[in-house]
Amino acid sequence: MTARDLIPIAVLAVLAALLPLVVTSSPVMNFLVFTLIVALGAQGWNILGGFGGQFSFGHAAFFGTGAYVTAILQLRYGVNAWAGLLLAMAAGAAVAWTIGFLSFRSGLRGSYFALVTLAFAEVFRILANATAFTGGAAGLLIKLDVHPANLQFADRAVFYWLVLAFVTGVLLLTRWIQRSRFGAQLVAVRENEDAAKALGVDSLKVKLRAIALSGAVTALSGCLYAQYFLYIDAHIAYGSWISVELLLAPIIGGVGTVFGPVVGALTLHGLGELAKQFAGRIPGIDLIVFGGVLVLAVAFARGGILGLLERLRDRGRGMMTRGAKEVSHAGR
Amino acid sequence: MYSPQIILEAALNGLMTGAVYALIALGLTLIYGVLHIINFAHGALLTCAMFAVWVAWAWLGLDPYLVIVPLVPLMFVLGYGLQRFVIGPASHGDDGNILLVTLGLSIVLENVLLAVFQSDTRTLDTDYSFQVVALGPLLLSYPRVIGLGVAVVVTGLLWLVLNRTDTGKAIRAVAKEKLGANLVGIDVPHVYAVTFGLGCACLAVAAALLMPTFYVNPRIGGAFVLVAFTVVVLGGMGSLPGALLGGLFIGVVESLCGLLLGDSLGQIGIFLIFIAVLLVRPTGLFGAKA
Repeated sequence: MTARDLIPIAVLAVLAALLPLVVTSSPVMNFLVFTLIVALGAQGWNILGGFGGQFSFGHAAFFGTGAYVTAILQLRYGVNAWAGLLLAMAAGAAVAWTIGFLSFRSGLRGSYFALVTLAFAEVFRILANATAFTGGAAGLLIKLDVHPANLQFADRAVFYWLVLAFVTGVLLLTRWIQRSRFGAQLVAVRENEDAAKALGVDSLKVKLRAIALSGAVTALSGCLYAQYFLYIDAHIAYGSWISVELLLAPIIGGVGTVFGPVVGALTLHGLGELAKQFAGRIPGIDLIVFGGVLVLAVAFARGGILGLLERLRDRGRGMMTRGAKEVSHAGR
Repeated sequence: MYSPQIILEAALNGLMTGAVYALIALGLTLIYGVLHIINFAHGALLTCAMFAVWVAWAWLGLDPYLVIVPLVPLMFVLGYGLQRFVIGPASHGDDGNILLVTLGLSIVLENVLLAVFQSDTRTLDTDYSFQVVALGPLLLSYPRVIGLGVAVVVTGLLWLVLNRTDTGKAIRAVAKEKLGANLVGIDVPHVYAVTFGLGCACLAVAAALLMPTFYVNPRIGGAFVLVAFTVVVLGGMGSLPGALLGGLFIGVVESLCGLLLGDSLGQIGIFLIFIAVLLVRPTGLFGAKA
């Protein structure tokens, strides 16, 4: 990685970190924290779906595992929340690796992989909803005990900075993946798995590393969700809404790019809030916007918002070089 | 332990629920077999049809079974239009895109229904909702017996359409070899849209059969769509008899799991079967082609 790779990430992180000094209203901070948590999970999805081309429709399985492991470790075993965070990531990676091992070894790809991940997430949801250990249908309430050691903060801004730090960390991780040999192999598998294999890429190993990494990052976002809202149940943690959210953000923002998931999450939730402001109390109005934006993005903006911007920039550059040529011709 | 009669009754009830699953899966498998796409909007379209049945009953006082007559052509037109003017053009012929476009459509449809009808659960009651038919010592629910019969008839009709009509021939030609079909003058986008329309028409029938004993709310489609995927995968993607048999089988499995494991865990059997089939034999139990 070079300085050119790091500077945009650093600049954006610093700018975002300054935000709580300007904005103090708590609904806005809530919005930002929630959107960043979604962005973090979406970054996890993007590692597997964006770079690896394996579209998962069931990332709720990892998000929910992160949330439940954090909550259960604290409630039932009195484990410290920070340790719980690390264990949640490990559990997310383990669940992801197992699902990946079973599905990739059977050669599932494309729509079949999407369906099998969806089914795994549903199994988790039903189990979590039905067993007493996970709190059943009543869900789990994490005890309110505000202390930095418990990963609970009196000031929303501190939690915001924490999530932002994780998002920045994953931005760096994603940039590293993009520049690394592993990333190149992952993209090769996405573009043409058979060709990649022929060149000696161990595609199963590459995909398993990607899904484990992806699961760990998404579990981290689930853990942060649980710590911020202090309540989870099966429909929140393992529900299909989160699977859809985590896949929408990268696709809208720019699939397989470093900033895509974050841009997508901010755009979607920004639009959703706007729709709510305008339409008032109509239920589901923000989701109507999400679905519409998804269809429009697929129809007109393959590569998402970042892809669109890039095309605009290229066109702008094309015009400038043409302009420069004309000038030089005129000069002659 | 349970007496054999209870188990037999549960199995038969499951068989009859399975008939409706089969109808839903029939539409899905037809669309998959021809367009080679997974239609994520299937559940939301079913919800639309169920609301249509409910509205016809609540506002116009129509009998749910009678609603089949206007609803089948309506759903056909809706499906035709969606494929022709939204899904087809928006997805540029890429599988991943179709998955996403139909997902987007399902989110929009579900939430438009939510905005219009709110999240309340609605039921309709008819004189025959709770009638039973005695078969020897067994008591069977009357609407479910009707459901089973209609499902078998619709599968037969669909089979006739596909095998005995020119449109059916064109559909099969496109399913087998899109380019070749195009070369001999078949209008492929039209055939795609007709197939999608037929798939939606099956949903109209399923909705009318469900409503007398079931309920509807804007989120109900999700519960059926995964079951329908399971049936389709189990029966072999694109196979009509597979969908019928798969649907009946899944209905029985769900009913027996519900009896043995309790209601909250009842559906888990379905998903485990689904995962197992996908992992072990993705071509399905009755599927010929991959």
